[in-house]
Amino acid sequence: MAPSAGTRDVVDVVLGFARTLRHAGGGASPDRVEAMLQAVGHLDVLDATDVYWAGRLTLCASPDDLDRYDAAFAAYFAGEAPRKPQKSAQQEQRMAESAPLSASDAGSGEDTEEAPDLKAAASEDEVLRTRDVSELSIAERDQLRRLFALLVPAAPMRPSRRRRPDLHGQVHPGRTVRRALRDGGEITRLQHRRARPRPRRVVLLVDVSGSMSPYADALLRFAHAAVRARPASTEVFTIGTRLTRVTREMRLRDPDKALAASGHAIPDWSGGTRIGEVLKAFLDRWGQRGTARGAVVVLCSDGWERGGTELLAEQMRRLHRLAHSVVWVNPHKGRVGYEPLTGGMQAALPAVDHFVAGHSLAAFEELAGVIENA
Amino acid sequence: MQPTCNAGVERPCEGGSVSQPTTASSRPAETLPADPDALAAALQATGYLPDEGLATAAHLALAMGRPLFLEGEAGVGKTALAHALAEVTGRPMYRLQCYEGLEASQALYDWDFGRQLLHLRAAEAAGSTGDVQQLEAGLYDRRFLLARPLLQALEDAPSVLLIDEIDRADDEFEAFLLELLSDFTISIPELGTVRAASPPLVVLTSNRTREVHDALKRRCLYHWLEHPDFEREVAILRQRLPEVTETLARQVARATAKLRSLDLLKPPGIAEAMDWATALHTLGARELDPETGARTLGAVLKYREDTDRVRALTRGALFGGS
Repeated sequence: MAPSAGTRDVVDVVLGFARTLRHAGGGASPDRVEAMLQAVGHLDVLDATDVYWAGRLTLCASPDDLDRYDAAFAAYFAGEAPRKPQKSAQQEQRMAESAPLSASDAGSGEDTEEAPDLKAAASEDEVLRTRDVSELSIAERDQLRRLFALLVPAAPMRPSRRRRPDLHGQVHPGRTVRRALRDGGEITRLQHRRARPRPRRVVLLVDVSGSMSPYADALLRFAHAAVRARPASTEVFTIGTRLTRVTREMRLRDPDKALAASGHAIPDWSGGTRIGEVLKAFLDRWGQRGTARGAVVVLCSDGWERGGTELLAEQMRRLHRLAHSVVWVNPHKGRVGYEPLTGGMQAALPAVDHFVAGHSLAAFEELAGVIENA
Repeated sequence: MQPTCNAGVERPCEGGSVSQPTTASSRPAETLPADPDALAAALQATGYLPDEGLATAAHLALAMGRPLFLEGEAGVGKTALAHALAEVTGRPMYRLQCYEGLEASQALYDWDFGRQLLHLRAAEAAGSTGDVQQLEAGLYDRRFLLARPLLQALEDAPSVLLIDEIDRADDEFEAFLLELLSDFTISIPELGTVRAASPPLVVLTSNRTREVHDALKRRCLYHWLEHPDFEREVAILRQRLPEVTETLARQVARATAKLRSLDLLKPPGIAEAMDWATALHTLGARELDPETGARTLGAVLKYREDTDRVRALTRGALFGGS
């Protein structure tokens, strides 16, 4: 098992190690393993450090992989046999509880199922659009889900340096000359090009803590619709006790599958909220580097902050300086007589450009409009 | 597994300068360091002090002909490595700075339209006998081609190609790089295919403002650069700034390491540590005392919040000592 066993079984050792790493969740695909074998060939096979680096340079692809790699390396070369990880039963359970729209309040499950009357369906849809998603019955939620699938949020646009052929604008030398060549070297007409606007990045931060659980599903569905509409320029993170990036999961076409996959990725469903801390983590790891820079950042939360509001206020100011505009979506804002009195909201509001409701489909349609024009 | 090419591939190039780079053969055959340690020593001689992992990565990139993908905080020496490698190998270096909206015509090549038109007019004025085909072929001659960094690096192989801050380019450009980085060929419809005589040493850097596509990373060796440890940082400061005293270098390295542990908006990199040491030296300081340290904080911290925090936190504690 040890690398010193001789060069003959280097291949076996490497393959065994790759298996261990795969079981630990590392991405040791066949071509990467081949690269590792090649790399080992260029180094000293009997030197543990060389083998370590050969693997690390070829099998890892992000700083997040490094810890996993180190652990797998230590485990494997200490003679531990490869084994399958056990999926945490607790996580599965949490998933099942909170992922689907129907999850949050079991109380509404008693509603008798009404056979939908086709004639009434259209007007029911109309009513459903404005109903608070936390107060719906299971059947109504099902119906609303279908309506969500029709939502196509458009992206805000920004100017760019890219040009494309146009009737007006700057002269395009390349096309002008090519055209002149066709006309026997005579420039008969100038060709033009013009800047092409590009979609502005949209970053959605969805609060999945306990107090938001009646709305989390609807918000994630909205996020899914946004990612489906513009996969390259939309990012989704969930916030709660920690920050989780779910953009990759959200790219799945089917909304239910995407939500289920996100559920797997989110370790803190229905936990507490520490928006300030999580927002800081977002800004440190992603936001300041570029994800939030010039983007429309949409924070979906009720502003219940467990930690102090000082940190939240500071991070909101920081976000406001980085982002093109900051939108705060609070489901409670849709209620009659709502006042943003929670400490978190009070602290955040000075750094928010648009403060909108997010409790019903109609509110989400409105939100899509706000994002588009932000 | 040929890339999508067009008829130009089959046609032999006129002039020959495109498919057979002449510059490469005029350089003496290079001898590369035999193992990571030798490479580390050679890099050290140029003033770049790599750790074991980075030396191994660079060695493998050279030996395997694979691009090297470097990630890490700003200021840990990603770009400097490419410069140092160019110096060690004696190869010419080409640098492509990526940005959003970067297009192939800015990265690969472009035709010099002005000169093409001029050529046409000149032919007209000279009363060209009217061999249209020849005139047209003459328009797409190598001398009217403006080579941009990627084409230059291929023509001038073996070379070092630095593709800086790939995370700033967009997805389309990344996809375009995939083809280039796997076969090191560029096809120019009017001229033919340019193939590198030997693969250039490609160094890609990323600050992680965006997740770079997995397909690109898979073609590369991946290395995550950390800030150097204390001893290495002192050595770097000593080597790069020989005029700075040993004491000052050690104190700056220690203070910088401490600043990095403070959870700042922008933890200082090696570049900032060097700036700081230079600033202190310029002020005539032979040691880092609290007062001069506070006056020169601007060389090492780039956010007002960070400066305020450090000022409040560390009167005296951060500076001084040995």
